[in-house]
Amino acid sequence: MREEILWISGVNPLKCMKCGKCTASCPAFEKMEYHPHQFVEMVQNNHITPLLESESQYYCMSCLVCEERCPRGVKPQKLIEAVQVLKLRASEGNRLKPQDVANRLDPSLPQQALMAAFRKYSR
Amino acid sequence: MVYSYYPGCTLKAKAKKLDRYARDCAQIFEIELEEIEDWQCCGGVYPGMADELATRLSPVRALREAGDKKQDLVTVCSACHHVLKRVNEDVKTSGEIRRKINAYLEPENGYEGETKVIHYLELLRDRIGFDRIREKVKQPLNGKKIAPYYGCLLLRPYEVMNFDDPENPSIMEEFLLAIGAKPVHYALKNECCGGYVTMEDEEFASKKSSSIMEAAMDRGAEGMITACPLCKYNLENGGLKDGIPVYYFTELFAEALGVKEQEEET
Repeated sequence: MREEILWISGVNPLKCMKCGKCTASCPAFEKMEYHPHQFVEMVQNNHITPLLESESQYYCMSCLVCEERCPRGVKPQKLIEAVQVLKLRASEGNRLKPQDVANRLDPSLPQQALMAAFRKYSR
Repeated sequence: MVYSYYPGCTLKAKAKKLDRYARDCAQIFEIELEEIEDWQCCGGVYPGMADELATRLSPVRALREAGDKKQDLVTVCSACHHVLKRVNEDVKTSGEIRRKINAYLEPENGYEGETKVIHYLELLRDRIGFDRIREKVKQPLNGKKIAPYYGCLLLRPYEVMNFDDPENPSIMEEFLLAIGAKPVHYALKNECCGGYVTMEDEEFASKKSSSIMEAAMDRGAEGMITACPLCKYNLENGGLKDGIPVYYFTELFAEALGVKEQEEET
C-alpha cells in the first residue's frame, strides 16, 4: 500500500522537514482528523490504515496551498489524494451517488461542481 | 489574430456570460477565438495520480487540436485552465505519460506538449496589453469598488501555472484599473472558496466563501470578480446577509467596452 501511494503520488515524504507550514495554511484544518503534515509522516511510517479509515481526505479542497508554501517541495495534497483514490478504488461503494445530488440541482449549481465532485468522490 | 479556444462545459450552460462576453470583447481587439471542434469536458479537476491516463485524454485531445493548427489555446474558466495547463505539462515532462497517451490516441500523430495554454487574463495582459484596453473603454466603471477574487486554480502551483505571484497576484487589479474600476485590496483574494467540497459539506463550503466575501466587504467592496463558475456559485451561496454581487470578469469587461447586452440570460 505504501509503495503504491508513493508511486501514484510521486511524493517523497523523506524530503519533509516537519516545519508544519502545510497544515498551518490548510483551509480545511478544522474538519480534518489528520492534517496535511500527518499524511506525510504517517505514509512515511507506513501507518496508513488510520488514514484510510478517517474522513479527513474528503475535506481536502485541492486548493494546493500546502504544495505552494512547502519549502521542500513535498506536495502533501498529492498524498491526500492518493489515499482517497486508493480508498475509492478498493471500496465497493462510491462516496457520492447520483441520488445524493438530486436536492442540489438548483438552477445556479454549475456543471463544474458536479463534474469535480464525482471525479473526487466516486470511481 | 486567431487563437484556439476551449470554453468548457459550464460556459456552455450555467456560465454563458463568461463565454459570450469573452468572445465579444476579444473581437474589439481583432482577436478571433476559434472553438476547438468537438471538445470534451476537461474533467473539472486535475487528475494528478501517475496512473490516471483515461482522465488525461480529453485535455490532450483539445491540446493536440490547437497544436495541429499551430495556435495558442485560450481558456477562460479557471478550472479548465488549470486542468489543461497541468496535463499539458505532464505530457511535456513525463516520458511515460506521453508514451502511453500517444499509444492510446493516434501514434502516427504524436503530441508532445507543444501547445501553449494561456488564460484570457493573460491574453489581455501579455498579448493585447492593458494600455490598449484602456483606450478602448467606452463606459468606464467610474471608480466602482471591486474586489478581485483569484481563488486557487489560476495561481497554484506557480511552478506549472506561472500565471502571477501566487501569494500577491496583481493581474486582476491591473484589469480593474484598465476598465475604470477601483480594485479593493483585501487579505483573502487567493484563499479557497470551498470548491467541490460544497457537494460533500455545503455548510463548510459556505463558511469558507462567506469569510472571503466578508473580508472584501470590510474593505468597502461593492462587488467581486472571478473567472471561475464554482467560485461564483460558492460566493453567492455563502448565505451572507446583504452580500455583494459576484460578477464574471468578462461581464464587467463587456460593460466597460460597451458591448454588454441589455437582455440578460444566465
